[in-house]
Amino acid sequence: MNQGPIEIEMGPPISTVADWTELTCQRGSAATLTCDLIVTYPAPVTDDDPVFKALADRTRRFLLDRLLVDDGRTLTGLGSELEMTRFGVMKHLRVLESAGLVVSRRSGREKLHYLNPVPIRLIHDRWIDKYSERQVSALAKLKTELEETA
Amino acid sequence: MTTTSETKATTQVYRVYIKATPEAIWDAITKPEWTERYGYGSRSEFELRPGGAYRGITNEGMRLMGAPEVGVDGEVVEADPPRKLVQTFRMVMDPEMAAEGFTRLTYLIEEDKGGVTKLTVIHELEGAPRLAAVVGGAMEDQGAGGGWSWVLSGLKTVLETGKSMGVVGGNQG
Repeated sequence: MNQGPIEIEMGPPISTVADWTELTCQRGSAATLTCDLIVTYPAPVTDDDPVFKALADRTRRFLLDRLLVDDGRTLTGLGSELEMTRFGVMKHLRVLESAGLVVSRRSGREKLHYLNPVPIRLIHDRWIDKYSERQVSALAKLKTELEETA
Repeated sequence: MTTTSETKATTQVYRVYIKATPEAIWDAITKPEWTERYGYGSRSEFELRPGGAYRGITNEGMRLMGAPEVGVDGEVVEADPPRKLVQTFRMVMDPEMAAEGFTRLTYLIEEDKGGVTKLTVIHELEGAPRLAAVVGGAMEDQGAGGGWSWVLSGLKTVLETGKSMGVVGGNQG
């Protein structure tokens, strides 16, 4: 694995964005690809998109928060805490369901909604490996504690 | 806090989409050589018939920390490979959780589009608040693992990439 020190040739210091752009755009076609600031993904974008879209809405985050406290609820139960039509709540739940963040199950005549944290876990596991996890959770805990005592 | 007339649910539902066949997922749930590679890294032993025994054998790392050989026990209620597995489940590693008794666990495996399979886990946790906290991931900070969402994330990784994400009690590979 280790093949000795890697030598890096240092050019003149880069201090401004203009310097940086000039520098990277001079270098062949690969670098110039991104100089119009449009990022090209090397692989097709995975199915994280619906999750981020679903989370990018305050009402939907509120619904998830409600389910976190009190899981397995009906549309009526969830809607009772929102100033919104039944149809509106239903629409939001549908977005959450298609993103996989909510799973519904029939129980007798009722349709119960459950929070499914797995898609969020997958995003977590993708960017936070098991080595940095401890530090991240320690920081998250510190933030919670500080905010609770503030 | 909310005041609601609805009773607080004691069931937890998890779902994950995995690029694998239903058979591969069935094996990953029921075969010890697979179950030791993700989640809690215990070897699951199933007698796949109604009334058959289920045992989750702890890994070496967990035993070094004082865990007994059998960490989880239960009984198979229904085995319909590769679509449905219903079992009872009791964590016996911890006396408090052991005292909570058996809970009911259902795995549903359904084929989706494009070689993707939908796995739904339904854990009925009535009368088992401590186990519910552990499988819900609330005790991850204390080294109890991240519960079902973490287990299923590991299961997805091992099936899709062949690599292990690491299990509780070390024993990575």
